[in-house]
Amino acid sequence: MIGRHKHLIGLEPLSREEILGLLQLAVSMKEVLRRPIKKVPTLRGKAVVNLFFEASTRTRTSFETAAKILSADAFNWTSSTSSVTKGETLLDTARNIEAMHPDVLVIRHPAGGAPQYVANRVGCAVANAGDGAHEHPSQGLLDLFTLAEHFTRVGGKPGGEVGKKEDVVPDFGTIAGKTVAIVGDISHSRVARSDLYGLTKLGAKVRFCGPPTMMPPGVEAMGATVHHQLREAVEGADAVVMLRIQHERIGDPLIPGTREYSKFWGLNAKKAAEWLTPTCAILHPGPINRGVELSSEVADGPRSVILEQVENGVAVRMAILYLLAGGAHEIDTPAPEGAARA
Amino acid sequence: MNAEGIERALKRMAREIQELARGGELAIVGIRRGGVHLAERLRRELASVTGQKPLVGTLDIALYRDDLSERASAPVVGPTDIRFPVTGKTVVLVDDVIYTGRTVRAALDELVDFGRPRRVLLAVLVDRGGRELPIAPDLVGAKLEVPEREQVEVQLVEGGAAEDQVIIKPRGNA
Repeated sequence: MIGRHKHLIGLEPLSREEILGLLQLAVSMKEVLRRPIKKVPTLRGKAVVNLFFEASTRTRTSFETAAKILSADAFNWTSSTSSVTKGETLLDTARNIEAMHPDVLVIRHPAGGAPQYVANRVGCAVANAGDGAHEHPSQGLLDLFTLAEHFTRVGGKPGGEVGKKEDVVPDFGTIAGKTVAIVGDISHSRVARSDLYGLTKLGAKVRFCGPPTMMPPGVEAMGATVHHQLREAVEGADAVVMLRIQHERIGDPLIPGTREYSKFWGLNAKKAAEWLTPTCAILHPGPINRGVELSSEVADGPRSVILEQVENGVAVRMAILYLLAGGAHEIDTPAPEGAARA
Repeated sequence: MNAEGIERALKRMAREIQELARGGELAIVGIRRGGVHLAERLRRELASVTGQKPLVGTLDIALYRDDLSERASAPVVGPTDIRFPVTGKTVVLVDDVIYTGRTVRAALDELVDFGRPRRVLLAVLVDRGGRELPIAPDLVGAKLEVPEREQVEVQLVEGGAAEDQVIIKPRGNA
């Protein structure tokens, strides 16, 4: 259970306290990642099934790693090698996998709403690993975690220092009052949505930036400001999230070409040096199109926290699996005290 | 048990630890949450006895519990903080109260995942009996026979109490 929720479908339904609880738990999980033996027996005998209807390496491997560190059994199921190619429906697939008694189903699907649809019809817990243009809650959480680490790291030092990635215990209160710019194809981005919900719930201001053709209507109502000039969006921001431009969209009417996109909305070393504050961090959910939304110098430069995002992703997903698989869902009575604490 | 009694017990335990651990490199590890402040106090006592401060660390056993599937929701996980190699050290596990022994079982399992200590000692302020596992403390502040329906609470000033004391109260509304 994540607070009141049996499933993790998105950050929109979560309260500020539920988000903070998950992030705080991830701090303890990150400590486990740094141990000489990166394994705890917590979820022994629990099974996590990764049900992926869309290509992914990072998220699937991250959930799989998180499950294995917690000693759960992890199974991967990808649509390209499955009976979906024979015409099996989403619900039939989910029900068949459920009959094998997993404790958590991790679902990625090209259609927004698919994880919720499955969650309403199966007995086990469901974690959304990205659905269409809806949400990608584990990415939103790892972005919050990484931002809090960055803000905590540079916070104590006036003028700040970027690039020195010493270990800090993130203070999630540092997110309040900060400004985060999210740049790219907002209308097709589930990351932008999850980031927006998470950031605004923790008190940050969000600027959306991208070509007008990639800006969904009504985003101001979601709490973000809209900018079409990159400079205007990133100047004065405390962090910038650069979204991946999906190749399949390039050349269609949304953007004429990669060179033009890169010229107007890509971030290179020159723009970063001229427009960004000295402590501004750069995030990217990956995979990067080098030279399109982000130049290599910036992606590999001192401002980049992209690899921290990947490490924190494992810790955040451990926290998600722990809360979804831990505890007996159907039992409401607390365990006797003798079992709880000796 | 009052503040004076607690202080006397810790001083005695520190001397006993020094004797038991003679020659080995010492590390004091408090089990969260009850053992953390006591570990720090034992460390100070040991420092005044031996002249050198032993290493100190903290274990949170939530990820090693044996009752995860029996509980309504997953227990809160606090920070574990062991910043030294435990291999070859004499490690003193510290908790406030020993009861069923299940916490110590979990703490031992967690500790050995950090390395192979030369020796592990268990120090508790209160042994209230009622063991469910074959586990016994090496150093005990006080032995109390407490019936199952009651619980022992160790209150320390570091934890926000007005004064140090050990109280026994009815179980439940903790």
